[in-house]
Amino acid sequence: MPSMFSALEYVPDWLLTHGPAFLMALPLIMAAITSILPNKRVAWASTFIVTAILTLTAFALALYNAEVGTTIYKMGGWAPPHGISLVVDALNAPVLVLIALMSFITIIYALPATVAEIKPNKRAPFYAAFLLCVAGLLGMVITGDAFNVFVFLEVSSISTYVLVAMGAARDRRALSAAYNYLILGSIGATFFVIGIGFLYMETGTLNMADMARILADLDGGSRVAKVAFGFIIIGLGLKLAMFPLHTWLPGAYAYAPTPVTVFLASTATKAALYLLLRFTFFVFDPSYAYVADELLYILVGMGVIGMVFASLQAIFQTDARRMLAFSSVAQVGYMLLGIGIATTASVAAGYLHLINHAVIKGGLFLALGAMWYRFGITRTEDFKGLGKTMPLTMGAFTVLGLSLIGVPFTAGFVSKINLAGAAADAGWWWAVGVIMLTSILALVYIGRVLLLAYFQSPPVVNGEVVVRNEAPLMMLIPMWILALTSIFIGVESDAVVGAATRAAELLLGAG
Amino acid sequence: MIDQLPILAEINPGFWVILAGLICTLLPVGHARKAFVIAAPIFAGLLIFQLHDVTTPEVLGGVLQFGPVELTTLRIDKLSVVWGYLFCLAGVINGIYALHEKCRITDSSALIYTGAAIAGVLAGDMITLFIMWELTAISSVFLIWKGGDHAYAAGVRYLAIHVLSGVMLLAGAILHAQANGGDFMFNEIGLTSPGGWLMLLAMGIKVGFPGLHMWMQDAYPKASITGTVILASFTTKFAIYALARGFEGEPILIWIGAIMTCFPVFFAVVENDLRRVLSYSLNNQLGFMVCGIGIGGALAMNGVVGQVFVHVIFKGLLFMSIGAVMYRTGTAKASELGGLFRSMPYTAIFCLIGAGSIAAVPLFAAFVTKAMILAAAVEEHHYIAFLMMLFASAGVMEHSGIKVPHFTFFAHDSGRRVKEAPWNMLAAMSIAGFLCFYLAWPFGGYQQLYALMPFELDKPYQPYTWDHVVFQMQLLFAAIFAFTLLKRFKLYPAERRAEILDVDWTYRKMGLNVAKWGSAMWDRLAVNTKRVRTRFISSAGRRLYQTFSPAGAASEATPSGLAAIMTAGLLFVVLLLAYIAK
Repeated sequence: MPSMFSALEYVPDWLLTHGPAFLMALPLIMAAITSILPNKRVAWASTFIVTAILTLTAFALALYNAEVGTTIYKMGGWAPPHGISLVVDALNAPVLVLIALMSFITIIYALPATVAEIKPNKRAPFYAAFLLCVAGLLGMVITGDAFNVFVFLEVSSISTYVLVAMGAARDRRALSAAYNYLILGSIGATFFVIGIGFLYMETGTLNMADMARILADLDGGSRVAKVAFGFIIIGLGLKLAMFPLHTWLPGAYAYAPTPVTVFLASTATKAALYLLLRFTFFVFDPSYAYVADELLYILVGMGVIGMVFASLQAIFQTDARRMLAFSSVAQVGYMLLGIGIATTASVAAGYLHLINHAVIKGGLFLALGAMWYRFGITRTEDFKGLGKTMPLTMGAFTVLGLSLIGVPFTAGFVSKINLAGAAADAGWWWAVGVIMLTSILALVYIGRVLLLAYFQSPPVVNGEVVVRNEAPLMMLIPMWILALTSIFIGVESDAVVGAATRAAELLLGAG
Repeated sequence: MIDQLPILAEINPGFWVILAGLICTLLPVGHARKAFVIAAPIFAGLLIFQLHDVTTPEVLGGVLQFGPVELTTLRIDKLSVVWGYLFCLAGVINGIYALHEKCRITDSSALIYTGAAIAGVLAGDMITLFIMWELTAISSVFLIWKGGDHAYAAGVRYLAIHVLSGVMLLAGAILHAQANGGDFMFNEIGLTSPGGWLMLLAMGIKVGFPGLHMWMQDAYPKASITGTVILASFTTKFAIYALARGFEGEPILIWIGAIMTCFPVFFAVVENDLRRVLSYSLNNQLGFMVCGIGIGGALAMNGVVGQVFVHVIFKGLLFMSIGAVMYRTGTAKASELGGLFRSMPYTAIFCLIGAGSIAAVPLFAAFVTKAMILAAAVEEHHYIAFLMMLFASAGVMEHSGIKVPHFTFFAHDSGRRVKEAPWNMLAAMSIAGFLCFYLAWPFGGYQQLYALMPFELDKPYQPYTWDHVVFQMQLLFAAIFAFTLLKRFKLYPAERRAEILDVDWTYRKMGLNVAKWGSAMWDRLAVNTKRVRTRFISSAGRRLYQTFSPAGAASEATPSGLAAIMTAGLLFVVLLLAYIAK
């Protein structure tokens, strides 16, 4: 698209050259500064500006990447494999944009939400932790160094534990949820770093591109490499909430402050999924028998079981946020299925679903947050009459909910149809059946609350019918940006599908 | 007009009529609505006139791109322009005829229906065609429902059949486009692919192929007075256009058309409801056109186009005259009418003009055009089809040419003394009546019709030759003679209140009863198995709930220790897998 390339002319050269380092350095530094800012408004404003800059930078890097291809940035001028390299390629550029953009959208929403949910004296630390989390996620996506990945994974994880625990002001269960998350997240990170250790033992390098080359020379490597791969996918499986390692997720999503849920749901598991893609197809290769076996039996097996199991759990949930959380576990199953089929088309479809689901689930949690903000709604039965009392919020929820189900002309449809098509092309007809089945289950759990919202009258409180009380503008704007994005992707899917296909081609080669 | 506003060249003129119809749904002022009803088709006609360029084979416009599908919403060429003009003309005449009726639903649905028909014939691609195909069905069903309570079920049946037809059209179009590399333009379809057969079937429903025709005789007589007139103008002729465009020269159509001309004759002779008689006769006239399309070639296609043009006018005239009678007397049953020429002389004259036109009396409309189709049949050596059509021509004379005017205006006096039809009905009928004459006038009349025809002929067909006129008169007199003879010896089926069974009985009565029986049996089955079912469903639901609900086994809050053990377990499985992998 020529119009987009021309936008690059307005980006200064130094930003394109040093952008990769800037992306992780800026939030890290600003996190430290934000934490000591006395005034909570200023803290918000600085975070807002940082995330806005990050979004622009990520966009610029993505456009630059589309123009010139993979770029490698050497930290401190030290050339890899000895120095740390930052890589921007077709695989991680969209994820970088996604993380930056979602952090920006979350911050818009956070202004009213934090007022209701975070104690005034905790707000500056809240924003600092948020920035740390952003830095960690961006860092683990952009870095080309395996150990660096672990470091940033921990940066983002530890700040996330803090953020989840801040939900205690609203609901004390946040503390146990955060503790649970801390234990399991640490186990995951430990497994991951053990895996990296084994891999280092096998290849003698920490640079991922180098590892890939050496492993290919060794034809998949010895038993050490196999063990390394096993540890890595279990560690990442915990982080990305692969069934049955998802037990930390519903609690963390349900009791964290609502902006944190929005951000986590749309980025944290996605960054881990990106790492899974990076390690499975880039560092390792599905042509190694053990990788192929794990893909088939673990990723696909657990993915499919999780799709059905978590969807059924979502149907019976009484807490709306837990319902969406279980739905997230199910959606992760779709992505794992796409990765597990391991054709270019299926990986592209899984990647596409990663992006689309981030938009959809982020928006849904945003709408839920707005409902809590206005009416304190957490239970599904409280959706009664929301179509009348919060029509705009409910409208966005409906659009995104339909997208989650996979109604035509929405983002969810595009990725599901691509995934089903890729499965059919690979001859996996049973997988197409499972996709259809879980889409019906999604229809049940989303339809359940939509029916309540639109076909029941608003409740009567103290003898009076609840009147219309729409969410504040600062919540409606980000919510509708995401809702319209999901429709836009559904109607004009070329750009996103193109990005996903390029990413898959980078991993598996064309065709 | 186009020069100042180039955007007009990109918009299908039918859309303006649809827009006018949409405005009318909201317009509470009756007179303003009537202005729209008359003006919108005239405006559309003017636009078509301006857009139509005789020098180029086709004018395309309104190209829209939807993903991989390119829509060409406007195409005016030699074929479609005839239908465009015709539908605009019919829209105006129908509008005048309905001037007395103060009804927002009729006005708006008639306009949308007319506009959809215009837009449909001027559409260049199959997707737009499909949309308009469905829109004509959906908008026109209100005209049937305006016929009163007894028309409700017929309207639902009509809608169901037409929506089915539309869905088949869409499915066929997609299959056809796929077979042709994604080209959605609506051109020659042919029967080489399953898509072609589906589309033919869809058009066959709408045009009333034998066996698929029953919706016409079911719904048309039950619509409101003006509704029937409007309905008879567009739906089937739209489908004739689609057939002419997509299936010209398919031999199978010759036989379908020939049978279509013959079978309604028998039904029409015994039917009592005159609007139903006219519906059968409409079906029979469509048969001539289908047959002509099947024959193909310049002469036959010109005949079809001409026949369509005059047919809309004279068939409209007949429906209008019977409608006027019904408006005054409240009935269209032959057994309850008779001797009305005393009180409604003008209507009687117009009815006779219409009857003469449909029977192809020399100097009346169909004389020229029907002869062209018959001549083409002889020229291409389809003698059996020719004979069948000849029989049907005599039959037309029998039921539409004689029966309808005879039982309404003459025959035994019913004793009804009513007022003449309202002025606007007379005005509409006189326009149509004049056209019936003019378009068959030997000196400069039918030549105008020839000017509209799409194909050039080396030597134009000469209708007014001695042998043709004499032959036609012989045929007509034979039919009159037969009628008189049968009446004289009391062999002609008397006008009786009776219901005639047609194919529609299979679904209207038999299908309904089968469905009722099935539903009763289902109810019994449901009652008898209720206990078992509820027990099964509730136990399945309970089990699911016990497993998956927040209180269930699968959702127990997992302590982190257990989760850690689970992680270790999964790691063990993963390592085992890696160990045994080759």
